[in-house]
Amino acid sequence: MRGVLIPPGTAAGEVRGDLRYRMDPQVALRPERFGALAYHYGNRRLNFLRSPLLATVVETLDEYPSLQASLDALVPAAQHDTYRRALSALATSQFIQPSPEEDRGQRTDD
Amino acid sequence: MANALTTELKLGLDAPICLTWELTYGCNLACIHCLSSSGRRDPNELSTAEVMAVVDELHEMKVFYVNIGGGEPTIRADFYDVVDYCIERGVGVKFSTNGSTITPARAARLAATDYLDIQISLDGADAATNDAVRGDGSYATARRAMDHLAAADFGPFKISVVVTRENAAQLDEFEALAASYGAQLRLTRLRPSGRGADTWDRLHPTNDQQVALYHWLLDRPGVLTGDSFFHLSALGQPLEGLNLCGAGRVVCLIDPVGDVYACPFVLHDTFKAGSVRNPGGFAQVWRNSSLFTSLREPTSAGACASCGSYDACQGGCMAAKFFTGLPLDGPDPECVKGHGEAALAGVAAGAAPSPGPGHSAPVRLLSRRR
Ligand code: SF4
Ligand code: SF4
Repeated sequence: MRGVLIPPGTAAGEVRGDLRYRMDPQVALRPERFGALAYHYGNRRLNFLRSPLLATVVETLDEYPSLQASLDALVPAAQHDTYRRALSALATSQFIQPSPEEDRGQRTDD
Repeated sequence: MANALTTELKLGLDAPICLTWELTYGCNLACIHCLSSSGRRDPNELSTAEVMAVVDELHEMKVFYVNIGGGEPTIRADFYDVVDYCIERGVGVKFSTNGSTITPARAARLAATDYLDIQISLDGADAATNDAVRGDGSYATARRAMDHLAAADFGPFKISVVVTRENAAQLDEFEALAASYGAQLRLTRLRPSGRGADTWDRLHPTNDQQVALYHWLLDRPGVLTGDSFFHLSALGQPLEGLNLCGAGRVVCLIDPVGDVYACPFVLHDTFKAGSVRNPGGFAQVWRNSSLFTSLREPTSAGACASCGSYDACQGGCMAAKFFTGLPLDGPDPECVKGHGEAALAGVAAGAAPSPGPGHSAPVRLLSRRR
């Protein structure tokens, strides 16, 4: 799985709480006892989502106006940091990304 | 964290992460280390309709991708229909080939297909080294296929090398070759499986070569290994990957007649879990077969228990132990601490299980006519 598996310590770009994110359309999730397996058909990478709740957060990111709103709605406050780190790692490996509307919004801002 | 994940994975998954599917035992080559002893097609191989039904099942189980091999899978007349159907159903395909059917036209069509990876097998950085294992002309054939894929702009295909005593000194050359094509290098481990049982003794890398390989891999995280070499992690810093024997837990094999084995390197009745042709199909075998259930139970470290490296090395490869006649709960025959060699010395001649004749083509006798 070397070269396919995302190593747990991958340096991550920080996700931004104020942006709306979505799961990459090329990513598929498969529920597993420990959470879910995520596979990216584009970069052929595999990721382990280590809790069922993380899988839910990832799958429904796009339903919330911002990443922070999603965390507020779904995740106990004490775990927000952990989840933000996990999501940042997922963003680095392109499993999640800012929603396309966010891109447009940013562009009109400049 | 990695260890907690390993513990989880040992309990098995709802569906395999890495499913190898050998579509035919037929092959135009007769490599002396062939893990599936391929040569002749088996008259009982899955029909096109049966193959497509398995694809439907993989789709339902959310198997993300399959590794298709053989034999030489591309000699099946329905091969490209199968590939197209897999992709249509969201099952990505990586297929292994010796390159003999990759014409320029075929390469162009492959380049236009998404979610497809191709792996060309090459076991020497030069014709002499490669052809000694894979047969006369096979180096030129593989290079020609690579040329065609590159000319068609296929993108980063994979060059897949089984590391042997003969080619272990050529790793830099393989790396340069892959770079020259914009390809990815993939190294895998030689196991004493199939015809490899007869050649393993003289072809498996020496311990010095293993140590050099370990450091070479640590320096090159971009080189793929399919998790082959986790027994080398006993040398220190673990190699990147899952570092466990995935047989029946995260890995399995569907063979050309639909039999399901714990992994591609254990084609032996002991490790046959069932058949996709039986009621319940593949899902039934994967989820409920008694063999896979038992492989997911906690294993004992056996003779490895006193070794400080067991967490990293897990005692190595089950297939390598089985076909060399070693106990499954002890050291790997290529244990980097030398415990395998010692154990091998105690295996009586002829005690190792025979992989059987498999589907090797009959030996061609010299014709006396003319
Ligand atoms: S038996 Fe060997 S080759 Fe098969 S999954 Fe286990 S470690 Fe890998
Ligand atoms: S004794 Fe067992 S655990 Fe230790 S290095 Fe050898 S194979 Fe690995």
